[in-house]
Amino acid sequence: MPNPMHQFEIKRLIDFEFLGLDASFTNASLFMVLAIASISFMTIWGMRGRALVPTRMQSLAELSYEFVANMVRDNVGTDGQKYFPIVFSLFMFVLFCNMLGMLPYSFTVTSHIIVTFALAALVFIGVTLIGFATHGFGFFKFFVPSGVPVALLPLLVVIEVISYLTRPVSLSVRLFANMMAGHTMLKVFGAFVVGLGFIGGWAPLAFMVAFTGLEILVAFLQAYVFAILTCIYLNDALHMHH
Amino acid sequence: MDPAAAKLIGAGLASIALVGAGIGIGTIFGNYLQGALRNPSAAPGQFANLLLGFALAEATGLFGLVIALIILFVF
Repeated sequence: MPNPMHQFEIKRLIDFEFLGLDASFTNASLFMVLAIASISFMTIWGMRGRALVPTRMQSLAELSYEFVANMVRDNVGTDGQKYFPIVFSLFMFVLFCNMLGMLPYSFTVTSHIIVTFALAALVFIGVTLIGFATHGFGFFKFFVPSGVPVALLPLLVVIEVISYLTRPVSLSVRLFANMMAGHTMLKVFGAFVVGLGFIGGWAPLAFMVAFTGLEILVAFLQAYVFAILTCIYLNDALHMHH
Repeated sequence: MDPAAAKLIGAGLASIALVGAGIGIGTIFGNYLQGALRNPSAAPGQFANLLLGFALAEATGLFGLVIALIILFVF
């Protein structure tokens, strides 16, 4: 059986060294560029007509814009609208990386923890800075839950701080684990199809078709969850609900 | 015990985390369906929360899978 982990292997396409660091153009870089190019193509080329009755491309661009705009409005509120661009960029980038990974023989950028952790760390650091910029040192009150007995506070503050600090880890591992587990499972079932041959291979093939549908759902869902959790964290930093 | 065998057993044990994810996803969809049948008009408004809960519950099981993979491929 072929190793199901080989699909995540990073290959150097163009060797490049920068100040002693390995900055080669890899297949991961290629698929990130492809994702950005497709997003730009869909939004810029799709909106070139600016028609009142949109074409298919234009309504795709408008739909995704409206979808994220509603998400930000519902979860952060009207004063969160100025953070719409970053949420939109994150959502579209993760969505397109996941969806490009669903194409056969392609590479899933988001199945590498370093990529998702970089995105999650960006969200975490940005949200923390926004919290301190909005509330000053009053942001520390975020870690003190209201309406609990004073005796419990030392314990609860520690728990709150730990749960706040694990946010980037859970945000990144959720996306990475979902993508990697899904693609590994598809590969394993693909090996079953080959292994059972023409006579017995139809049953796992039927499973493969169903799982591919599920994986496309998961690819969208994980991008959605990533964006909505970014919104929830932003809302915490801006309004400090507790 | 042979360390290689212990590694495989450990990875298998770590996959038990998926039991919890299965229970969680079942609870989420079951309760959503129950609520949706009682009050169908309120169901579409909670669909986003349903998907969020599904993804959060599924991720918890996948953390166990990540631990299994770390045991298998890192050590």
